[in-house]
Amino acid sequence: MNTRHSTIFWTGFAVVMALLAIAPFVLPEFWRRFLTEILIWGLLAMSSDILIGYTGMVSFGHSAFFGLGMYGAAAALLTVRPPNLWLAIAYGLVGAAGVALFVAYFSTRLRDIYFAITTLIFSQIFYVIIFTWTEVTGGENGLTFSRPRLTIPGLYSEPFDSATLHWFVLVVVAASYLILRRITQSPFGMVLQSIRENEPRTRAIGYAVERYKMVAVMLSGLFAGLAGVLYAIQNRFAAPDFVYFLVSGETVIFNVMGGIGTLVGPIVGAGFFLLLREGFSRFFTEFYLIPVGIIFIAMVIFMPQGLLGFARRWLNR
Amino acid sequence: MSAAERVEPLVSVEDIHTYYGKSHILHGVSLHVGPGEVVGLLGRNGVGKSTTLKTIMGLVYPDKGRILFAGKPVEGLPAHKLARLGIGYVPEDRRIFRLLTVMENLRTGLDRQGVTEARKRALLDKVFAYFPVLAERRNQAGGTLSGGEQQVLAIARAMMLEPKIILLDEPTEGLMPRMVSQIRQIIDALHRDGVAILLVEQNVPLTLEASDRVYVMEKGTVRHHAAASDLKVGDAVIQQYLGV
Amino acid sequence: MDAVAAFLETIPYDQILIQTVNGIVTGMILALVASGLTLIFGIMDVVNFAHGELFMLGAYVGVIVMANTGNFWVALLLATITVALIGAALQVTTLRPLIGRDPLTTILATFGISLVLQNYALWAFGPVARKIQEPFSGHFTLFYLEYPWYRILIAGLSAAIIGAFWLFLKYGKYGIWIRATTQDRVMAQAMGIPVPWVHTFVFAIGAGMAAASGVLFGPLVGVNHAMGLDWVLKAFIVVVVGGMGNLGGSIAASIFISLLEAYASIWVSPAQAVIVSFVVLVLTLLFRPTGLFVPTPK
Repeated sequence: MNTRHSTIFWTGFAVVMALLAIAPFVLPEFWRRFLTEILIWGLLAMSSDILIGYTGMVSFGHSAFFGLGMYGAAAALLTVRPPNLWLAIAYGLVGAAGVALFVAYFSTRLRDIYFAITTLIFSQIFYVIIFTWTEVTGGENGLTFSRPRLTIPGLYSEPFDSATLHWFVLVVVAASYLILRRITQSPFGMVLQSIRENEPRTRAIGYAVERYKMVAVMLSGLFAGLAGVLYAIQNRFAAPDFVYFLVSGETVIFNVMGGIGTLVGPIVGAGFFLLLREGFSRFFTEFYLIPVGIIFIAMVIFMPQGLLGFARRWLNR
Repeated sequence: MSAAERVEPLVSVEDIHTYYGKSHILHGVSLHVGPGEVVGLLGRNGVGKSTTLKTIMGLVYPDKGRILFAGKPVEGLPAHKLARLGIGYVPEDRRIFRLLTVMENLRTGLDRQGVTEARKRALLDKVFAYFPVLAERRNQAGGTLSGGEQQVLAIARAMMLEPKIILLDEPTEGLMPRMVSQIRQIIDALHRDGVAILLVEQNVPLTLEASDRVYVMEKGTVRHHAAASDLKVGDAVIQQYLGV
Repeated sequence: MDAVAAFLETIPYDQILIQTVNGIVTGMILALVASGLTLIFGIMDVVNFAHGELFMLGAYVGVIVMANTGNFWVALLLATITVALIGAALQVTTLRPLIGRDPLTTILATFGISLVLQNYALWAFGPVARKIQEPFSGHFTLFYLEYPWYRILIAGLSAAIIGAFWLFLKYGKYGIWIRATTQDRVMAQAMGIPVPWVHTFVFAIGAGMAAASGVLFGPLVGVNHAMGLDWVLKAFIVVVVGGMGNLGGSIAASIFISLLEAYASIWVSPAQAVIVSFVVLVLTLLFRPTGLFVPTPK
């Protein structure tokens, strides 16, 4: 990427980071949490974008990765005393990676629609397992636990407060974004995009498409699991609702609303959706999905490139 | 001026440009077919002959240009409307409905509005008289027919529409010489019935014999146009655009 | 020998027979739901995520009509017609604009529709389940159980509806149009068949079939806004196992999977019995991904 692009990017990035960082000082508590939630869901959506936007595989299985990340963190926080932040992250990532491996093995041989349906069914398998294995997972009621302390070994150990939690999430999400961005721009990322554009040709050139797809699913699953860990830490509970395939569906909605294939778009999409939900909840209470759903359908038909794509077109006029 | 040129053309294609995705396949194709005329469209593989037929049939929409059918602009109309207007299409790979019987294949074109049972009977009888092999196999699945029989079925199916013009895409490809001459007879019979034909072919001698006029295409546009009687296989023009 | 005899004695034959009947009953309803789904996919490459919601809407329309007329059969008829029309309207407004685009978009659009319909039902009817009264009660004795005749009726009626539709496809005038369009959309157009309308018609039929299933199934469970979710998942599994677009395959798969689940529920809880269908799916994907009941592709 040439230096002019680079400068624009890093300046923009710095500005956004600064704005997000001062949020705890400027926003009331409710909106602070709201912003943190947007970041977490944004991370989930971003992970899904690796598959949808870059490899061209629509996955409805992200609720499984997210959920396993959440339950993995729960496991660490409930079984190891004192509750350790990094252990929670580790457990969560391992849980998500395990699920991702399973899903990847079975699904990556399948084309588009079959892949989408299969990931959906797999996420439901995990839902059923978690829902019915009450002894381990708490079944319908889920698990509650306390938030670990923010510990930087040797340097710092304090419980999280609202601001430090926000910053922690911000740092993790920003780092994830930068890592994913680096990956999508690497030769590996290029192959993924080539798979999206023309899979048979990529295969004909000689790439082991199945392997690339598996790695993409693993990568996507890891970051989705990370989002699950963050969610667990923020909210201090894990529930099977989050493994239900509707969560995957909402993730896909974030992607489409924001613009697939942009990494940033899904975060914007998550924010847009959550804001719509907030707004419509005032009038429609829990039925906000009726108008939001209609808006989503309209966007699929009329604005398939998402908000970001739309903005880009509009700016280029 | 020949008789065909004085009368308003049945199909008139004016400067059409067609794309497949980003590929610019047709770079301004213009041609016309008069009522009842047999017009040949020659050219090497890949010059856009099939695409021209598909564009006329409404299976592909041109980005630019006009297509007129009996004087009315029809570009942009969906294929099923054009079929109803009277354009029949016999594609390159025949594409009969393999899982439908011969009879059912024919019925896809036969079951139209405003056609009496008597007329349907008459049409079927006529087609079975032309093609006895179809009558024999009328309850067999299309996929079980031989290549030549499928070609015959594809043409018969198009005839069920009682079209004013039939677009024939390489009807003799892959057929044995005996079948090729049968196709030739079918073209002549259709011509006698007053059905216009736009014939895309690789078989140059057949085309020159069967057609009234011939267009020659290269690289997505028409390069040469002449009465068939003015051209012979050995001509320089033919060699240039069609020679190996 | 004794060990074998002892083992054979532990097999609960009466339960197996009961579950066979149960499995066939559920299987026939599932077949009715899955038929619509596989039909829609076969002809227009649309994965209809909203199919479960059409099932649910049918059940609710049934509830309303029952409340007003007290007649189950009128409810069945009206629900089928109403939801068929709703389905047609949905297809024309949201799916037609998406023709020619990435098939992914239809998945998204139908997913959006399913969300809207589900929440609409929740808003309009509330979270409490409603009941549809079965058209007649009456049991016959199956071993130690009083087995309701109604369940047998459901199976028979579903089979009849599917059979009637199959006949329509084979011999009806528009049946040829549908079959031709399913095989070759492009040539169907070139033969003057108005393919966009055939698509709408087939979607409406699929919706109607789902609605009929909803009404038929209504008396067995409560009618509530979430009832479509389980069915849609099962139906998808059935469609994949049976071979997408393969009508006969999905019927066979429906019965097969329902029977297995019914048998499984002898030993495990129903919530866990669904794992059976998942296992069948996984095995199918591993060994015969085009469908268990489809001849091996050449």
